[in-house]
Amino acid sequence: MQHERPVLLSVRGVGRRYAGVVALSGIDLDIRGGEVLGIVGENGAGKSTLLKILSGVVQPSEGALAVADASGALAEVSLDGVRAATDAGIALVHQELSLAENLDVAGAIHLGREPSRLGFLDRTRMRADSAKWLARVGLSIDPGTLCGTLRIAERQLVEIAKALSTESRVLILDEPTSSLTMRETERLLEIMDELRRAGVAVVFVSHHLDEVIRIADRVVILRDGRRTGELARGELDRATIERLMVGRDIARVERGAAGADAKVRLEVDGVVTAHRRRTPASFRARAGEIVGLAGLVGSGRTELLEAIAGVAPHGGEVRLDGRALAQGVPERVRAGVAIVPEDRARNGLFLEDSVAVNMSLAWIDRASRARLVDARGERGLVARMISRMQLRPPQPTRRVQTLSGGNQQKSVIGRWLAVDPAVLLLDEPTRGVDVGARAEIHAEVRRLAAQGSAVVFASSELEEVLLLADRILVMHEGAIAGELSSHEASEIAIMQLATGGASALKKAAT
Amino acid sequence: MKKALGIIGIFIAVFLLASLYGENFLTGINLMQLTQRTALYAIIALGAALVIVTGGIDLSIGSVVCLAGIMTPWLLVEHEWSPWAVVPTVLATSAAIGLFHGLLITRLRLQPFLVTLCGLLLYRGIARWMTGDQTQGFMGEHGELRKLATGRFEIPGVENFLLPATVIPAGILAIMLGIFYSRTVWGRWLLATGRNESAARYSGIPTAWLVTGSYVGCSLLAGFGGMLFIFDLSSAQPSDFGNFYELYAIAAAVLGGCSLRGGEISITGVVFGAATLQVLRNTITLVGLSSQIEFAVIGAVLLVGVAADEGVRRFMAKRLERSPAPSG
Repeated sequence: MQHERPVLLSVRGVGRRYAGVVALSGIDLDIRGGEVLGIVGENGAGKSTLLKILSGVVQPSEGALAVADASGALAEVSLDGVRAATDAGIALVHQELSLAENLDVAGAIHLGREPSRLGFLDRTRMRADSAKWLARVGLSIDPGTLCGTLRIAERQLVEIAKALSTESRVLILDEPTSSLTMRETERLLEIMDELRRAGVAVVFVSHHLDEVIRIADRVVILRDGRRTGELARGELDRATIERLMVGRDIARVERGAAGADAKVRLEVDGVVTAHRRRTPASFRARAGEIVGLAGLVGSGRTELLEAIAGVAPHGGEVRLDGRALAQGVPERVRAGVAIVPEDRARNGLFLEDSVAVNMSLAWIDRASRARLVDARGERGLVARMISRMQLRPPQPTRRVQTLSGGNQQKSVIGRWLAVDPAVLLLDEPTRGVDVGARAEIHAEVRRLAAQGSAVVFASSELEEVLLLADRILVMHEGAIAGELSSHEASEIAIMQLATGGASALKKAAT
Repeated sequence: MKKALGIIGIFIAVFLLASLYGENFLTGINLMQLTQRTALYAIIALGAALVIVTGGIDLSIGSVVCLAGIMTPWLLVEHEWSPWAVVPTVLATSAAIGLFHGLLITRLRLQPFLVTLCGLLLYRGIARWMTGDQTQGFMGEHGELRKLATGRFEIPGVENFLLPATVIPAGILAIMLGIFYSRTVWGRWLLATGRNESAARYSGIPTAWLVTGSYVGCSLLAGFGGMLFIFDLSSAQPSDFGNFYELYAIAAAVLGGCSLRGGEISITGVVFGAATLQVLRNTITLVGLSSQIEFAVIGAVLLVGVAADEGVRRFMAKRLERSPAPSG
């Protein structure tokens, strides 16, 4: 069956060196129409490099690519640029969202190939066309909406609609579900299935092994720039894939139980924000406790975390160790409440600056004397934090821009761990982070809690919520719809509360 | 310091060219005059750098120079105030202007370009109206006070060259700002704010106050500079005093390595940027070019400098790209 599917893109012995360092080597790959090919691997395994080669962003230093022509015969091509790849029918949906914020959705989908009539933009056609592709990805928004006003999940779907609209034969999705809710992910997996049936070759790169296992016909595993295995549909199971990815078995972190008699550190009392005036939220977090906020995108998790962090003014009261906190981030940070934001490139990182600058930002304030930075102490701190966070590569002068998602996230989290916050708030702590780094981040978060801090995190991934949280608060339409302890929590129970009814039970169960 | 190397190179090149082709360039009197002007312009250029580092701009510098400069003899001579009252009043007025800009930008979230463009018109208009558009001068009085700018110090062992007094405030200022940005928490936070204001806010940095403070600093330095300028000139007309000074200040800061995108500063670079512009102006006169062409030459040099800087940046970025980067 598999061999009846035509090879659309063939990769033979492809490798890539950067300044003498091998990023990728000897990769053989057949990408076939009508199948979903999963590609998995840890940070630095070479996935990004491979995708860049396939989409024409980077040229291979060795090996060759061949693309099938209309008759199905393979002909060698050199994809020297994104344009060449697009012409060859290959489209990449980036992990980093790259929509122009000032364009409307129709404009973004048609960017660079706008239909025109007599030299004027044919807006009617653009809108009609866009509506068709948006419907295809299950997004019910007006094509005239500005991209800047869309939420991350919606932007992701627009990007996919955009890639679909170029009528590509090979569609490469790089971490497409990392910012999607369960429902949106379901829809995307359905879309991938539809595309597969339409004869499109879908290349699916994801850290979510469950999704890969569900949808992929074949999975190729990369490690250290090489292929370490290929598994067919029938052979897919989590442990095997993980072993091939990491080269060892991943230890599951033990859950530390916070005592019910532990001191209450954080009290959130009737907090309302400008967008959620009618749904005050109240909860408490004890020393040593990790509280998970679950819920659909738009359920108000981010707004609640940002209100607690002081990013947006709020009504109600936030107390730390019994004392009410003043509004404003500087006040909250000084008191010991810090946030690791959802969109790290926009709100967390100073991309053009070094790891050292990013990691020491909060510490220099604590350790200063007469407002003077303790330069020697700072170097020591950065070195300690780099080794504690297991940052790779361990170079303090490296620009964070050049780090992978997992290492960027470690830089932001490290900034706060350096000052031992009393309350750490994390919004999507491991979005776009690979398996190994995710485990390391979870371990650090647990360690902070074990020292007596309270941790509150929000995640769209039920798996992460179930894995990390001691107690789960489920949000629905801005309010906390229910609370589950870690042993009574399950995906079904969470979804039921998150969707505000029993209808969720049926959906999650199927 | 690394960022300043480019402008130091340009400065040396321009200086050598001026020495070769400019008659009387290397005379003591000319170099003294050059040092004096460099120090004065460096003061307002450092002010411009303060706001550029936050990702902002101040177009009102020239008008603040004018208002502060004109106010000084106007209060001293026409209104016969004591110098002890005049200097604090002028400086406080300048600082208040900066506070006004800063609050409009951080609280009302108006664009720096617009706020300070309005300021450019506003303060010049006030200066002209206040004085009835009449030339203001010291009428030969207040010689002691004017020594702040006209004073000259002997350097032991050096003949034909006396050190202008303005070098002292300019030097102290440069050193203080250098320490501020490299060694203090506020300086580091300002650099971070210039890089990514939103991330700075999420990190608990009081961005609004730091940015407001930067505008206060900029206008204060413009006002201080304006006072020194008028001490040096002895009299000036409200209609043209300080015209285009903001452009010299911004040009010096940008030549000196301040990115208009914010987040980058080099104090040494800014000082050398100011010096380069003054040597250029001086050379144009000395080699007998019409002074009418001055702006064209400065514009061209600025363009070349900025283009070269961008070229170097891209080259470095390319090299970075070729070095191994972990993929994810």
